[in-house]
This record gives sequence, C-alpha cells and structure tokens, in this order.
Amino acid sequence: MRGYSAWALLRGGLGGHRHWRPAWRSPEPRKQYDVIIIGGGGHGLATAYYLAKHHRVSVAVLERAWLGGGNTGRNTTIVRSNYRLPAYQALLEHSLKLWEGLSDELNYNVMFSQRGALFLGHSDSDMTRLAERGDALRCAGIDAELMTREAVAKLVPLLDMSDKARFPIAGGMIQRRGGTARHDAVAWGYARAADALGVDIIQQCEVTGFAISGGRVTGVETSRGAIEADRVGIVVAGNSGHVAGLAGLRLPVESQLLQAFVTEPVKPMIDTVIMSQSVHCYISQSDKGEIVLGGDPDQYPTYSQRGVPMRIEEVAGQAIGLVPALSKLRMLRSWAGTTDMTCDGGPIIDETPIANLHINGGWCYGGFKATCGSGWVFAEQLATGDVHPLARPFSLDRFATGAMQDEAAVGPMPNHR
Amino acid sequence: MLLINCPLCGPRAQAEFNFERPVETIIGVDVPTAELVERLYTRTNARGPSAELWRHARGCRAWLRIERHTVTHVIASVAVWEPQS
Repeated sequence: MRGYSAWALLRGGLGGHRHWRPAWRSPEPRKQYDVIIIGGGGHGLATAYYLAKHHRVSVAVLERAWLGGGNTGRNTTIVRSNYRLPAYQALLEHSLKLWEGLSDELNYNVMFSQRGALFLGHSDSDMTRLAERGDALRCAGIDAELMTREAVAKLVPLLDMSDKARFPIAGGMIQRRGGTARHDAVAWGYARAADALGVDIIQQCEVTGFAISGGRVTGVETSRGAIEADRVGIVVAGNSGHVAGLAGLRLPVESQLLQAFVTEPVKPMIDTVIMSQSVHCYISQSDKGEIVLGGDPDQYPTYSQRGVPMRIEEVAGQAIGLVPALSKLRMLRSWAGTTDMTCDGGPIIDETPIANLHINGGWCYGGFKATCGSGWVFAEQLATGDVHPLARPFSLDRFATGAMQDEAAVGPMPNHR
Repeated sequence: MLLINCPLCGPRAQAEFNFERPVETIIGVDVPTAELVERLYTRTNARGPSAELWRHARGCRAWLRIERHTVTHVIASVAVWEPQS
C-alpha cells in the first residue's frame, strides 16, 4: 500500500496527479477462508482490519451492494462515550480511545473532530440526571463536565436562552472528547487498510443462505457461488433479522428507520455537537457547512429506507426551538437508514445457537460511535471463538436471563426507545 | 407516510396511529416462562408481509390488526382487533 502523506500529494501533484491507484482490490472470491464477514459497513470492515492485524487468518468481507452504503453512510456522524451504564461505558470508551488514534492508525484522514458532545438540560430534574450521569462517568475515568446555563450560552451563542424559549435551557453536560467523524472515510479507511493486510473485500456479493451441517456453519451461499469458512460473522445491522433468518434464527430485533437531514451549507455557526436530555433532536455542523440534524426513529417496522415526513416536521421544529436561527436555512436532503432496534436498546455481540456462526448487530440508532470498538472485540471473537470481555454483557441470552442493558430504562419494546 | 384505512374512520394519515407490536409477540396471561421469553423478546422481523397490532391513538382510539409489507408498504388489510383473531 502506498502511504498517503502531504509529501506524496505534492509529488503526485507535480506529476499531474496520475499516481492515484484504487484504494483496495476487487478480487474474485476464493473457495475457502478462515473467516467470512458478512457486511461491508464500518463495523464489518473494522472487524476485518483488526482480524488481519492481530491474528494470522484469511478473511473475506462480503458486501451485498457497495462499501459503507448502509447505515455507515447514513448516520449523523456523532462519536461519544458518555453513556450511563457500565457495560456501554467500557465498550464505547475503548472505542473512543481507538477513534483518537484512528487517522494515524489507518493512514487515512477520517476527519475525527473532538469538538465536544453537549447534552442540554431543560429543567432541574434534567440537571440532576445529567449530574448523576456525569458522576458515574468520572468514576469510570471518562471525561464529563457539568455546565451552568451561562457556560452553555457562551459555548453556543445561537441557542435560544430567552424567557420565552420553547425549550428553556437550565444548563448542560459536555464530553469534550466527543465530536464527529467523516463517516464514509471510516469505511474507506478501514477497507484500504484491511485490503493492504490481505483481506479480500468482495462487493456486489449477496449472501443468500448458509451451509450448516450438524449444528455448525461451514460456509455461505452467495450470489457469486458457495464459499467455505471456519467461522462466519454477521455484521449487517439493519438487516440482522433478515440475514439471521436465512440461518433459521429469530432475534430480539425489529428493523425500523432512523432519518437524518442536512440544510444548505453555511459559514461556521455551531462548533460543537448539541444534544438534549429531554428533546430527541441532535444538531451539528459538517465540515462542508451543512447543519446535520437527527431525531427519533420512525417507530414502526420497515426495511424501506424511506422515512415518514412527520418526523421531518418534528425534528425541524425541535431544532428551530433550540436554535431559532436555523429557521432561515433551507433543508437540502433527508434520508433514512434501516436500524436494528433491540428489546433493550443494546447491541448483540455473541455466537449464535449455530456453532461458528457469530453475530454483531442490534446497534439501534447508536452504532457509528462504536465502530472501532465493535470491530476490535468482534475480531477477537472471530479469531478465537470466545466473546471478548467487553462484549459479554451484550449476549444473545440476556433477554431470557433478565440481564438487560437498558440504557433508556423503557422495557422490552423496540419501538418505545 | 402510510395512508391507513381505519374501518371506523376511513382513510387517515399514519401520524394519527401508533404501531404497538407484531401480532406474533402478543402473549396470553398464563403462558409458560419459556414461551413468554420467546414471544416477548424475539421477532420474525420479516422483510416482507407482517401482521401487526396498531392503535388509532389520535383518532377513534380503536386497536387495529394491520397486514402490511415491510418493504413496499402496501397494506393488505386493516381490521378492528378482535383478541381471538
């Protein structure tokens, strides 16, 4: 792999930029691999990269369409680790530490920007909950800072701090190490680095079935023929229910849509990530200048990737309520991604009841921030067959045993998150 | 957005309705624990036809059984929910 650098760019520029090569190969699938990863999104490609880097195994990534074309390219790019429950804190903080070195690690600029992830509090009870979460985070060694109303107003001057504000602001809590990253670059960076380590990335290759004998998976059927493997990992969040269904499995997952929206690009006006303890609307500004908005899921099962218009109205109303200046902007685009909504809001990282068939999915609407950590733990799982300690709380059987990881504390309903 | 033909009110926008749960996850009062866990927590989650319990929450408030395709969004039937159905 030729390294990317300022020097290489300068040298290439002198030669008329004719030095560019494809960032990864497009090989024909072999008959057999040690490990097959189904799904060429961020999580699957990260898994492939860490597998190839840390373990001596042959790996193929099978992608039905194109790399990063699912939820990796549809999220609102927010990265943070300030969750309340210890299992999420441990996994997401491990992930955040990997994010901090990712561009160097991959020799690919993922544009990770630690601009801070701010949660607004709108009432005394919001502030109590934020303080409680902040204390828990600091006890776990994760940065959290409670902010007064005045400090919030100084950090984001465009917030409506008036007496008549639709969402009065009492204060906030910020994780300064949180921020955003360029989501496509994450997929491409991991793909390029994994390819350089010998991983075969095979696009336009849909898995249509599993070869299972004696309760063990021995390979997959695909639109490009059968491929054998010692272990198979399903990393297709959004379509986990469908792909697991090909192996006869049913999951605690409902596929629902999450929408995102961008406005026309404007000069810098919001230089942090704004979220809220009570209003489900999140706001940031991309490097291109677009205001990126997201909100609640569509809350009914669908694989259509077509969002309901009422959510656009709701998110726009909330965003304008928080930052009135946004009312002047035109919305450019909206889109939807299909997310795996689980029965407790947590991911599923486990071996399935079919031996050697592993799954990493169920990331609900919060998978992007976990990309690096998820790949890290799943790589070890696919290499050794044992679930990594950081992933053990997210087992498939926790719904039967009652060891739920319910961050939102809303019970066993995927559509009430 | 879905246009749902409520048997009591006529065609109304999805905004008036709440999705509640897939029909397969509705449980009886005295089911054994294993069946309860299986039905409460797992889903077929089909990429295709799906039978679901909805409520016309911002309308007549009736509970409805809707048969719907999860990719094309075509609604095959809407009926007032009857527990024995």
